[in-house]
Amino acid sequence: MNAADVPQEGNSTCAGHCKAVYARGADGRLRLVQSHGWAVEETVTLQAVHAFDELASDALRRVRDGQSSPLEYHMYRARMDVALLSQASGIWQWRIRRHFRPAVFARLSPALRAQYAKALGIPASQLSVAG
Amino acid sequence: MPTVAHFTHSQASHCESGVMSAIVRHNGLPFSEPMALGLSSAMTFAFLPFIKHAGLPLVSFRMPPRAIIRGLQKPLRFSMRTETFRRPQDGMARLDKLLNEGRLVGLQVSVFWLPFMPPDFRFHFNAHNLLAFGRDDANGDYLLSDPVLEEPVRCPPDDLAHARFARGLLAPKGLLYYPAKMPQEPDWKRAIPAAIKKTTRNMLRTPLPFIGVRGIARLARSVERLPVGNPQATKLYIGHLVRMQEEIGTGGAGFRFMYAAFLEEAASLTARPALTELAAQLVDIGDEWRNFALASANMIRDREPLEPMRLANLLRGLASREKAFFAALDQSVRKPQPRLP
Repeated sequence: MNAADVPQEGNSTCAGHCKAVYARGADGRLRLVQSHGWAVEETVTLQAVHAFDELASDALRRVRDGQSSPLEYHMYRARMDVALLSQASGIWQWRIRRHFRPAVFARLSPALRAQYAKALGIPASQLSVAG
Repeated sequence: MPTVAHFTHSQASHCESGVMSAIVRHNGLPFSEPMALGLSSAMTFAFLPFIKHAGLPLVSFRMPPRAIIRGLQKPLRFSMRTETFRRPQDGMARLDKLLNEGRLVGLQVSVFWLPFMPPDFRFHFNAHNLLAFGRDDANGDYLLSDPVLEEPVRCPPDDLAHARFARGLLAPKGLLYYPAKMPQEPDWKRAIPAAIKKTTRNMLRTPLPFIGVRGIARLARSVERLPVGNPQATKLYIGHLVRMQEEIGTGGAGFRFMYAAFLEEAASLTARPALTELAAQLVDIGDEWRNFALASANMIRDREPLEPMRLANLLRGLASREKAFFAALDQSVRKPQPRLP
């Protein structure tokens, strides 16, 4: 890639930052060139972001219908899945899935709530509120 | 608390090579980022379908995390001290102590918990690296140098503790590292060919079919089998591949451009002009990887019809080009064979 061809397409996901890539300068040698983003990167990053957003909004709908607990919504908001939340919180996966049941979630002890809140990086008071 | 004296932040293309080249430079040896990648033989290809993260297979264009940290010790004849911690408070106290001693400290962190990262980059990727070079006495913020960003940044202690002690795949466990001995200038004419041979061995002659050019061919087979009837899942899979190849910290084209820059530098240090020629070939291969990324992105955005078969063929072409390239590279660093009488 020539330095002049380094994409400067203003990738919205970079939030104004630019990254650096190696490209061929005018003297024919490779050097570090700043790039303001490539539409391809933007596409794939947004795809991953939207995949989690969609899971979160699906979960939110189910929470409102009384089919799931806010825990599931917060898990996807934190861009986690059950396996990762299990590793981050130290709670078994089957217990997490059980805590997705609204009735079980409502009876959750303050200690477990605190454990989830810490793993998800939110205040414990926010855990039972979705949306 | 004093900041580390004479430290200058410089932006790099990849986190680990950026951090390690900065540490070596800070300790008095002129050292570029591509040289850190090349000398530690960290560029490779790996497709590990049995390791899944959020349901997607592990695809990597480089050796596992810490390969650059470890791999530079032998050629530069120094040693890196690495420490991990069970309890976050121990890890933070140790970091404070090292900063008080005026040391530049490398840290492994999860990207998700770093408040200064752009929100769209904050995924649970645990193998990011950055440097700590001081602490602000007024509010306790750590002064960090993240090599993929343009400028040094600040981070509140709680967030940094969270990032250093995130759990999950490749959990950092608070890893910090610093040189225990000063790096020394290597004998380039021996160290560089040795490092290149290690890379060509990884690319061409591993016993496992998941690593090197065979890994690319295997990935091509798995792309070809993606269900056309389920565009959502197929798009997520190919998007994941492109993310691993092009996203933050890969230097673009899965490290191929950066390795080419290493070969150019190696050509003059070892007086082997053939390496310059090979660097030019690798840049062409890198451009081909970018074409693969472009075709994938166009399919994801429905600008082109979704054809996994076409992407698989692009990957097969890349596998055969890289096979020829690394074979030629391998030949160029071997001693000339003695002629039979």
